[in-house]
Amino acid sequence: MSKTKYILGLFADPDEMMHGIDKLQQNSIPIYDVYTPMPIHGIDHKLGLKDSRLGYAAFMFGCLGGSTIFSMAYYMLVRDWPMDIGGKPSFAIPDFVPITFEWTVLFTAFGMVATFFYATHLFPGRAPRVMELRATDDRFVIAIDAKGNVPHEDITKILKDAGAVEVKHNDRKYVSYE
Amino acid sequence: MKTLDSFDNHIEFKGPARTWSLIFIAIGVVGIAYGFLSGTNTERTFANLLLMGYYFTCVCICGIFFCAVQYVAQAGWSASVIRIPQAIARILPYAATILFIIICAGLFVTHTGVNEEGKKTVMPYLYKLWALDGVATKGTPNYDSVIAAKAGYLNIKFFLARIIFYLVSYSVLGWLLVKYSNNEDELGGMHNYNKSFKISVLFLLIFGFTVPLFAFDTIMSIDAHWFSTMFGWYNFAALWVSGLSTITLVIILLKQKGHLEWITTDHLHNFGQLIFGFSIFWTYLWFSQFLLTWYANLPEEAAYFYKRWEPEFKPWFWLNIVINFVTPLFVLMSRDSKRMMKVLKVVCIILICGHWLDYWQMIMPGAVGSQSDWFMEIGPIEISIFLGFVGLFIAAVLTSLSRFKSLAPVNHPFLQESLHHHI
Repeated sequence: MSKTKYILGLFADPDEMMHGIDKLQQNSIPIYDVYTPMPIHGIDHKLGLKDSRLGYAAFMFGCLGGSTIFSMAYYMLVRDWPMDIGGKPSFAIPDFVPITFEWTVLFTAFGMVATFFYATHLFPGRAPRVMELRATDDRFVIAIDAKGNVPHEDITKILKDAGAVEVKHNDRKYVSYE
Repeated sequence: MKTLDSFDNHIEFKGPARTWSLIFIAIGVVGIAYGFLSGTNTERTFANLLLMGYYFTCVCICGIFFCAVQYVAQAGWSASVIRIPQAIARILPYAATILFIIICAGLFVTHTGVNEEGKKTVMPYLYKLWALDGVATKGTPNYDSVIAAKAGYLNIKFFLARIIFYLVSYSVLGWLLVKYSNNEDELGGMHNYNKSFKISVLFLLIFGFTVPLFAFDTIMSIDAHWFSTMFGWYNFAALWVSGLSTITLVIILLKQKGHLEWITTDHLHNFGQLIFGFSIFWTYLWFSQFLLTWYANLPEEAAYFYKRWEPEFKPWFWLNIVINFVTPLFVLMSRDSKRMMKVLKVVCIILICGHWLDYWQMIMPGAVGSQSDWFMEIGPIEISIFLGFVGLFIAAVLTSLSRFKSLAPVNHPFLQESLHHHI
């Protein structure tokens, strides 16, 4: 039993990597994930990834921000300490609109960043988990879960044939822990 | 993806579209005739003609603006759809002529009416606050000190000169853009694209400075005692949203008839995004104008909204913000609805009607005043003249489209990028 956990195919060119994905899919080898230094058009569709649900999170954070500030302004300006400003009613809804808008945007923006950090395990001060360091530089990496997959030499061969410049058999999932 | 080589898709103006446009034009003519002949509705008919003349012109200007923005941004996605805004841009001279005739008729056809102070006087049917004889001459019965202070800018000669300048300059630049694009089809190469780029820059420069003035002159001067510096950009936002909705609707209708097969869901998604974003922008400007006036509550500023808060106008005033803000906000927010052609089609129709209501409530309270009840405000005259101009628009756009040899600019440098557009 080999100790290999993940097989990584490193490509120097995005088109060759896309070709590699095709080859693996033709051989029914499940792909764990793909890491690229830049966005590749159409790759989500090719890998069959579901649409991002970040939009739903954004919408919920927006609703939270809007309702938070609206109730806060209502409490301060209407219930706790009503003031006569230019003869306007205390509960002057048009005046509440700008701040409600601002807080909706603020909560949406921060909430999306927080959600993204949570989903990708990125936190300030923590070294990010990376399967291949050069995936952030000049290599396009296809990761394949080695466990239960067809003979590893076959996968290596498929990747090499598709144009991989290097194929790695890693015993650990991530190369960078803290 | 299938690669298209042939764009020989040609549109003829015939069949049901022709029948319907002629029916609509006939309804419009009957409406105008009824309005003028029924005695008491002449002023209202003039106001409606101004409304639709302005709306029609704005949509055509938006066709040029759309093309110009795409050229200046060197946008790739829009290359294969650019024939539709070009077709709309090409009918601007006709729309502008109609608007100019309406404005002149409104200015120079006079009647004896009652002015704001309750005195009987001879006044024109449009712009009755400032286009009077002796309005700026002290001692005459029509003298109005507010108008007199503005008379250096707001007098009939300079007013007409400005209107001619705006409309002619927009029309010429729009005509040049279409001409260069047609030359590009014949000759190929980058020469015509570069010329289009320069003309677009020039157009945006002129348009950016003059479109607020165009709105000030044609619409805001109806309420000449009042002014708002937001008004120009507020009208620009309405122009852009209604124009985008019209372009999208034309594309969808043509697609449903089997034309423009190269335009995909992704192109429509982009249009949906633009409509969504600029509806929010429109609301932002609408609200900025409203909030500051409401908050400061200065009599000369509040007069405008005071009229629109009369019981005859208030339901329409609020309906305006519901249609033009809440509908696109909730319907177009999700990605999927922007990609569904039928949903987008319904939203476009709603927004086209919504911005008619928007223009309507800018014009009517000042130009006509209130009717007996709020539901009497929009009657057969409004609807028939709107339909008449819809018919005119259909006829003009389809005739204009049928003059193009192909419905895609075959030698446009970004055409392939547009055909493979994917988001």
